[in-house]
Amino acid sequence: MEQFIQQLVNGVSLGSIYALIALGYTMVYGIVKLINFAHGDVFMVGAFIGFYSITILDLGFFPALLISMAACAIFGVLIERIAYKPLRNATRIAALITAIGVSLFIEYGTIYIRGAQPEAYPTGIVPLKSLEIFGVKISGQSILILAVSIFLMIVLQFIVHKTKIGKAMRAVSHDMDAAKLMGINVNNTISATFAIGSALAGAAGVVFGMYYTKIEPLMGIIPGLKAFVAAVLGGIGIIPGAMAGGLLLGVIEALVSAAGGSLWRDAVAFIVLILILIFRPAGLLGKNVREKV
Amino acid sequence: MNIFTKAKGFWGTISLVVIFSVVTQFLINGGTLNSFYVNALFSIGINIILAASLHLIIGITGQFSIGHAGFLAVGAYISAIVTMKLGLPFPVAIVAAGVAAALAGLVIGIPTLRLRGDYLAIATLGFGEIVRIVFLNIDYVGGASGMTVTHLTTWPWLIACVVITILVIVNFTNSTHGRACISIRENEIAADAMGINTTLYKVMAFVIGAFFAGVAGALHAHNFYIIQPTNFGFLKSFDILILVVIGGLGSMSGSVIAAISLTIISTFLSNYPEVRMVIYSLVLIVMMLFRPQGLMGTKEITSFLKMGKSAKGGVQHDGKNTVA
Repeated sequence: MEQFIQQLVNGVSLGSIYALIALGYTMVYGIVKLINFAHGDVFMVGAFIGFYSITILDLGFFPALLISMAACAIFGVLIERIAYKPLRNATRIAALITAIGVSLFIEYGTIYIRGAQPEAYPTGIVPLKSLEIFGVKISGQSILILAVSIFLMIVLQFIVHKTKIGKAMRAVSHDMDAAKLMGINVNNTISATFAIGSALAGAAGVVFGMYYTKIEPLMGIIPGLKAFVAAVLGGIGIIPGAMAGGLLLGVIEALVSAAGGSLWRDAVAFIVLILILIFRPAGLLGKNVREKV
Repeated sequence: MNIFTKAKGFWGTISLVVIFSVVTQFLINGGTLNSFYVNALFSIGINIILAASLHLIIGITGQFSIGHAGFLAVGAYISAIVTMKLGLPFPVAIVAAGVAAALAGLVIGIPTLRLRGDYLAIATLGFGEIVRIVFLNIDYVGGASGMTVTHLTTWPWLIACVVITILVIVNFTNSTHGRACISIRENEIAADAMGINTTLYKVMAFVIGAFFAGVAGALHAHNFYIIQPTNFGFLKSFDILILVVIGGLGSMSGSVIAAISLTIISTFLSNYPEVRMVIYSLVLIVMMLFRPQGLMGTKEITSFLKMGKSAKGGVQHDGKNTVA
């Protein structure tokens, strides 16, 4: 029983990382209907920026987190302006292929610049004590990850529901043409969406580095894909869905590892994806929309 | 079946291929071509089969599948089991690989082909990953360390497989079934309304594509001495996808030309793998920004040479983006 709860805690920490990445996927998909394959690589870039600000600039965890989020936000906007904006009226397949191209470019550009060797994330920059509740030991890192993720999700909810830009984002994702007619600057709103999503991915990168202590240029691929699975699981385009999907996927993975199938862990996410696409393509929190001709 | 109406061009092409392959065989036997060029030739052949099979799924039927390496893996492993564990001859292995991959295509195609566009892409990508992880976890085929395979892929087998693949896919494209597939690509709802069984044709194209990917897997496994699950990750799927996209979505000759030229380029860049991937990705982005229909669009090389009346596998006018 204690082991079970232990695994559950691990799953929730892992799941909150997935949820942070999934939020970016789901927001971008909701607004421009594009699977931003490069999102997982923004996550990787965030982890590296955090790493270099801790080791080279000698900063603490929270300044590094903020720098990484800011840099990733700018990076995300650049990607959107250079690669995706010219394709806004192109076919979705063309946009998807571009996204794959951008993703490969970031991965191998990073390898070209700094080499493929992994880096060990510095531990112990935040004094962490593990917590013991009813005999269940919860590591300090898990608590930190959870706190950071929950805080960022609350901030996101505030931005989306209480600010002007959030209102614009919701309007554009509902109907881009109508929003344009109402005088909303669609280009800026889309850029803001990319900035917020990328900042969350950057934060996830730093937190991931703290938790797993190893980062490398190709580390964004698998978490990126799984975060996408999480977004689809919760219902793509729905912000609470991405959070729920991320946490659920993390828990499922942790339970599968606990049941002795740690090698099968990566397959489980994709089996979940195929099952959800077959039986409930709109996702757990989504509504079925009829196709119009 | 346009073979008979275009018999002259057909037999001309076949005799050219036979002369080319016999001459190459002599060059290989005589040692004029060193092993570097021989390897490049074999890779080109395998990549042509892969590009042609994916061309049928993406270019002709318009179903965006990015898990093609999964079928390649199924073919490679099944053929390796047939020759190495069961001790059966190589031709049996090629057929078994194709059939196994086709079955995998059927199993994955029936549920996922109900999905459209990006959802299908993600589902096939997930399938490719599942195949890789399954082979990674089966000890019978060596797990992560992979399986050693004897070198059985010879030049005549390779040429024969390439020619059969191209013949079958070109003739399929020009048949009633191929026309149905093209109509699905152009507009699925309209095709459905015209009484075309869209699910049947989508699955059919998917299964045929998977079959030839499996054949390519058999040739691949018996050419490179060792197969490992890491060789069949989604980077491999992207490699195949790049061939089809750059060649032109909907152009058979475009896919073949892209397979030949990109394989040559990547052979010469094999010492600088990251440079190769950076160039590939930049080409992919620039191509989508400035020429989203690919080099050839839906045109075929024959329409430039005025050999055929109309473009195979495509419409007469080269629209801006035909693959939706």
